[in-house]
Amino acid sequence: MGLKPKVPGLVKGLGVTFNTMMATITKGANTVQYPHEKEAPPLRARGVIALREDNCTSCMLCARSCPDWCIYIEGHKELAPPRRAGGAPRKVNKLDRFDIDYALCMYCGICVEVCPFDALFWSPEYEYSEPKIADLLHDKTKLGEWMETVPEAPELEVGADKKGKK
Amino acid sequence: MTMLGDRQRLAYIASQAADARLNVELETEGMTLNIGPQHPATHGTLRIICRLDGEQVVWAEPSAGYMHRGYEKLTEVRTFPQVTSLVNRIDWLGSFANEVPFILAAEKLMDIEAPPRAQHIRTILFELSRIANVSLFLGDLGVQLGAITPVFMAFRDREYVLNLIESATGGRFHPNFDRIGGLKDDLPKGWIEETRSVMRKLRTFCDEIDDLLFGNEIFQSRTRGIGVIPKDVALQYGMSGANLRASGVDYDLRRDQKIAMAWDKVDFKVWTHPDGDSFARCWVRLQETREATLIVEKLLDTLPAGPVMAKVPRIIKVPEGEAWVSTENPLGEMGYYVVSKGDLGPFRVKIRSASFNNISIVPWLLRGVYVPDVITILASLYFILGDIDR
Amino acid sequence: MMLAVHFPYWAQSLLRVLGGLVAVLLPAGTIVYLFLFKMMSFMQSRLGPMEAGPYGSMQLFAEVGKWLQKEDIMPEKADHSIFKIAPLIVLASTFLLVAVVPFGPDAWFTNFETGVFYALAVSSVSVLGILIAGWSSANKYSLLGGLRAAGQLIAYELPMVLAVVGVVIQAGTMNLQKIVVAQNAGEIFGWNGLGNPYIITQFIGFAVFMIAVQAELTQAPFDMPIAESELVSGYMTEYSGFRFLIFFIAEFATAGVFALIASVLFLGGWGIPFSWFGWHNIDQVANWMNIVGPLIMFTKMMGLVFLIMWIRFSYPRFREDQLQRFAWKVLIPVSLGNIMLTAVLKVLF
Repeated sequence: MGLKPKVPGLVKGLGVTFNTMMATITKGANTVQYPHEKEAPPLRARGVIALREDNCTSCMLCARSCPDWCIYIEGHKELAPPRRAGGAPRKVNKLDRFDIDYALCMYCGICVEVCPFDALFWSPEYEYSEPKIADLLHDKTKLGEWMETVPEAPELEVGADKKGKK
Repeated sequence: MTMLGDRQRLAYIASQAADARLNVELETEGMTLNIGPQHPATHGTLRIICRLDGEQVVWAEPSAGYMHRGYEKLTEVRTFPQVTSLVNRIDWLGSFANEVPFILAAEKLMDIEAPPRAQHIRTILFELSRIANVSLFLGDLGVQLGAITPVFMAFRDREYVLNLIESATGGRFHPNFDRIGGLKDDLPKGWIEETRSVMRKLRTFCDEIDDLLFGNEIFQSRTRGIGVIPKDVALQYGMSGANLRASGVDYDLRRDQKIAMAWDKVDFKVWTHPDGDSFARCWVRLQETREATLIVEKLLDTLPAGPVMAKVPRIIKVPEGEAWVSTENPLGEMGYYVVSKGDLGPFRVKIRSASFNNISIVPWLLRGVYVPDVITILASLYFILGDIDR
Repeated sequence: MMLAVHFPYWAQSLLRVLGGLVAVLLPAGTIVYLFLFKMMSFMQSRLGPMEAGPYGSMQLFAEVGKWLQKEDIMPEKADHSIFKIAPLIVLASTFLLVAVVPFGPDAWFTNFETGVFYALAVSSVSVLGILIAGWSSANKYSLLGGLRAAGQLIAYELPMVLAVVGVVIQAGTMNLQKIVVAQNAGEIFGWNGLGNPYIITQFIGFAVFMIAVQAELTQAPFDMPIAESELVSGYMTEYSGFRFLIFFIAEFATAGVFALIASVLFLGGWGIPFSWFGWHNIDQVANWMNIVGPLIMFTKMMGLVFLIMWIRFSYPRFREDQLQRFAWKVLIPVSLGNIMLTAVLKVLF
């Protein structure tokens, strides 16, 4: 096959790369210079799971529905004072242990979705890598600390049903 | 065991025949070359055993399975939501498209349909994952052939699509957004405007790739006439998707199938090409990407208001039965055959993935082809290892 | 070197050796940083290395340090002595090539009467290095790369030689210093405002030479021997650490040196048109040209390497048989035609 280059095709390709180069020099690159600049992930981004300990009743729904079985829950029941004077003492759940092993977690979100008491929330925080893999097991104190990074639920688009969940 | 024995025997006979031919004609020894499993050109761990005569391939056979993760066995012990989150990872570049046929099969068994808004948004996300998948193909095509710049442009412009998917679903690569009966959530505010501007940017990207790669004479001389698959051979080997359409077969499941998605509500063009060579396959995919951006814009225009979830019980138990649903995925035709016994999870799922059938043509196609052309052909067939091996 | 001070012979030789090292390594380093790290990154919408030093300028030193401290791995079945010699042969041809390039009226290493002949002959030595690197690696991919390299590099020697013949006819000499003088002291149809850079009259030869240089350097679109997506690294696959560093430096140093030779042959070398200063032959050229000359050469070399690298980053690669077809059926007839045309016009004018 004769290879007489028809100038337009080859030259157009050169033009594209040249224009990209000039665009990078004048307007800056498309890349984000991590760690000097950081991109903020969207509000719904699945970064880390946060636990609200007060709401959890150890119903075990999240541990059962996790595809990787990475949630470990242990709890016991305690007696708390009655709400009104003269009433019976209430049985309240106290969590002994609520660990999520992020070395196993596949960030699918089933646990957050399935929890009937709104005890688990997604947070877009993603910078929690550790040098030791054992440190990736977040216990309930650490999971409670992530609650501060949980954003407010974003507003929904036009046309959505009014009762939107996060 | 008998099946394995037969196969091995056939392979042995074929290789002996190839060697004999070489020895008789040229009195030289052929060289057996392993392309893969670790190789920059195969999209993952695919191994192709070639027997070479100089630079020509005399006999080739793909040996898949290096990435087998046992999906069909995994689904037997998982519930439907868990299977949905796993199934994302089969074709990891266009991952929302993997969930859809599975959910549709489950909905078929339950005899419910998602509300129209959910169907629309499902279709929009499906086309977005098609764009994400095929724009990577366009960039990767350059790398296989030696042009190192298009892939960076592909990644740069694909970022916009991934950011869109992340702002809607929470995950860039694994959305895990489809639920039986509808979607997990509705779209966040400002998403529609954002999507429109991203679609415009993607059309600019398609034009750039057209200029930089497709218009290039070197690219054309590398891909025209290479790896021609005639129409009947393509149908016999069970090819699907853009590979089939590039051989001249006008078959697109989006248009030819009645399914609970919103494709019948928009007009779109199905691109075919009569040649059936590598250039045709690449060209059809480029046009399909552009068409997908237009489909998304039309769907955004006609997005109905309403709920995104049908009335389904809290704990979903799919009734007994069997259902087969297949859709036009970015890689081809992907289908799920779901057998349910009324449990929380499926009893058995058979996954028909597009790439497995697409590479079945490789032994037939690679005979008599030069080694660089092997790379071109594999690049143009476009498979993803997760899809082949599951 | 003729300067005001008279150096003893050993000092002259030492200066020559140091000058040679600088002439080869400085362009290589600058080309790697400016074009490979920065220009390629800008063409791909990213910034390239930024962390090592201001704007990533120390990245090359970091890379050199990294390669130097790597383990010296050699495949068991490889032919040990040949495996070790191969990168050195490739680098040696670069040094030999730069010995004949003039950098100023008095700043040259050697002044052969047959400079062009020597340069073309010596540039073929690297072919040998690449071939034996591919063969001795005991790796089928390297073997394929080496064989492809053999075919390609030998095929593209011819257009290079034929393109240069046009320049030699026009200059009337093979001495590189005299070619430079002929260009800068010459005139185009009686007007000597620009000298007579041969790129204007020998544009066909220039195009053929640049394409042949692109192929000799195994840069895309002619990088079948390396073919990153097929052969991983072609003939360089089994090399790591210090030996790979030598191949790497040799690749970019050779690009720089070929660009230097091209600027000598086609762009007027170290000179600016003599008519601007009222000189008429080389003896009248001022002494400060010895300092400015290398800088001018450097600039011209950077311009040509920019062209080479720009094409490298934009085009896919040819297949081996298309490559060969292009060389034998297109480039050689074109350059032969160029020679005939030059000879006819030289006689006429």
